[in-house]
Amino acid sequence: MSKASERAFVRMEQVGHCYDPAAGNMAVQQIDLEIHRHEFVAVVGPSGCGKSTLLRMVAGLLIPSAGKVSVFDRQVTEPRDDVGIVFQKPTLLPWLTVRDNVLFPLKHKYGLVTAADKNRAEELLAMAGLSQFSARMPDELSGGMQQRVGIVRALLLNPDILLMDEPFSALDAMTREQIGFDLLNIWTENPKTVLFITHSISEAVLLADRVLVMSQRPGTVLDLIDIDIPRPRSANTINTPRFAELTARIRKHIYEPEAHA
Amino acid sequence: MLKSTSFPVRQWLLSYAAALFFITFVLLWELICRFGKVPVYILPSPVSIVNAFFDVEFSRWLEHLWATLRVALMGFALSICISIPLAIAMVRSEVLSRTIYPALVVIQSTPVVAVAPLIIVLMGTGDMSRVLITCLITFFPLVVSAATGMLETPEELIELSKSLRAPRYRETWQIRIPYAIPHIFSGLKVSITLAIIGAVVAEFVAAEKGLGYFIQFSTSFFKIPQAFAGLIFLAVVSLVLFKSVQWAQQWLYPWSIPKNKR
Ligand SMILES: Nc1ncnc2c1ncn2[C@@H]1O[C@H](COP(=O)(O)OP(=O)(O)OP(=O)(O)O)[C@@H](O)[C@H]1O
Ligand SMILES: [Mg+2]
Repeated sequence: MSKASERAFVRMEQVGHCYDPAAGNMAVQQIDLEIHRHEFVAVVGPSGCGKSTLLRMVAGLLIPSAGKVSVFDRQVTEPRDDVGIVFQKPTLLPWLTVRDNVLFPLKHKYGLVTAADKNRAEELLAMAGLSQFSARMPDELSGGMQQRVGIVRALLLNPDILLMDEPFSALDAMTREQIGFDLLNIWTENPKTVLFITHSISEAVLLADRVLVMSQRPGTVLDLIDIDIPRPRSANTINTPRFAELTARIRKHIYEPEAHA
Repeated sequence: MLKSTSFPVRQWLLSYAAALFFITFVLLWELICRFGKVPVYILPSPVSIVNAFFDVEFSRWLEHLWATLRVALMGFALSICISIPLAIAMVRSEVLSRTIYPALVVIQSTPVVAVAPLIIVLMGTGDMSRVLITCLITFFPLVVSAATGMLETPEELIELSKSLRAPRYRETWQIRIPYAIPHIFSGLKVSITLAIIGAVVAEFVAAEKGLGYFIQFSTSFFKIPQAFAGLIFLAVVSLVLFKSVQWAQQWLYPWSIPKNKR
């Protein structure tokens, strides 16, 4: 066994999926990807190329019709509970306070929460700078704060894998940058394997260790780019020549896909 | 500048529009009856209706009211007890939803007025048959609204539930049903007014008490102002019940009401 495959945590081998076997057209095909433990991988690609499909496969919410997805060398065949999912919309429950929303995964999975759990929820909220909002209702929070609560909720069960499906796309540019750095801080403090889907090339380069570039539907891997920009990264990272080079390389894939055909 | 002066007028109109309309309406009605010489059996004047109302002893009103209210509320409660579990079953099982929905539509499109006499023949003239008639009229909007609400739960939350590997009843109790609350209350508001109609229809067929019975009996004795008094009383009762459902929602589930309307 090679060293790289030993370290692989999430592995996709020739993965493909077809939502509608009658029509027979694949949504994604021939995806090969290895994600290492505690690695931050971003996925970019045109709309409808199958990014969400990929994420749902890692979560076990969708079983691929071709190939194999495995986590820690065990094939994924059903939903796994060691993943935290952050969606594009915060999808908080409007009838629960912020704290109860954060505690919801525990309450939902086990039916009860303990005082220790409540403390952990408060700690996580403090980490996200939301302490004073823990007794508020979700609709009293701004969109950015709601999305932070969504992230905190995904962290509650301390999952090995964090799956984020365009988590910041509903936010304005300034909030978006700030929350991105906040995410990096959280990730540095409690390392996790992250699969991060985004429409923003610069966001992908700014946050990730590696960026997976996907083609038009049926989605395949166009490129897998190592982002060798040193951490910790900051707003200044955007001004470095290396950042410009890497974003340009990805942009080329998206806007001139025929160059690689 | 114009805006700042017209704003209070607008506010004032918004708060008193209903009362103003009502007063104008009643005044016009009284004037038409007085000066148009409308015969009382076609349209009794408001004053004669008020007089007729006070001619009937208050304890008799209460007796009739209680008879109707009892049937309406029991039918309404029975209908909640049937329709919410039915909606849950339909949301959880595709097969059930496909079998039950057509049956529901058939029941709903059968005129209850036509079926009511049959029910009375089958079940007797007691409260039970009237409650059943009320239930038949009220449960369809409840099933539909509860099922619609539960199906409109965001897919993300269902995926969240699946990825937590939570037991399925918690998906129903902790996610789908709370999500359906606003819809369920819309259904309840429609149903509570239908419940009164159901009780009255049942009384038309067989009863010796109740506001419906009272109206029918008054009409058959040509006591038209008295029938009108009963009718208006009934409308007021419906309105109060409707408002009570609204208050209950505000009190129990304030989050389910859009923020600007709380
Ligand atoms: N439940 C489904 N049933 C049928 N087809 C689906 C389903 N979900 C997705 N698809 C199809 O599969 C393809 C990939 O969808 P997916 O949601 O993974 O794309 P995406 O890359 O996440 O797009 P976006 O950037 O717009 O979110 C799309 O063409 C879509 O039409
Ligand atoms: Mg998507």
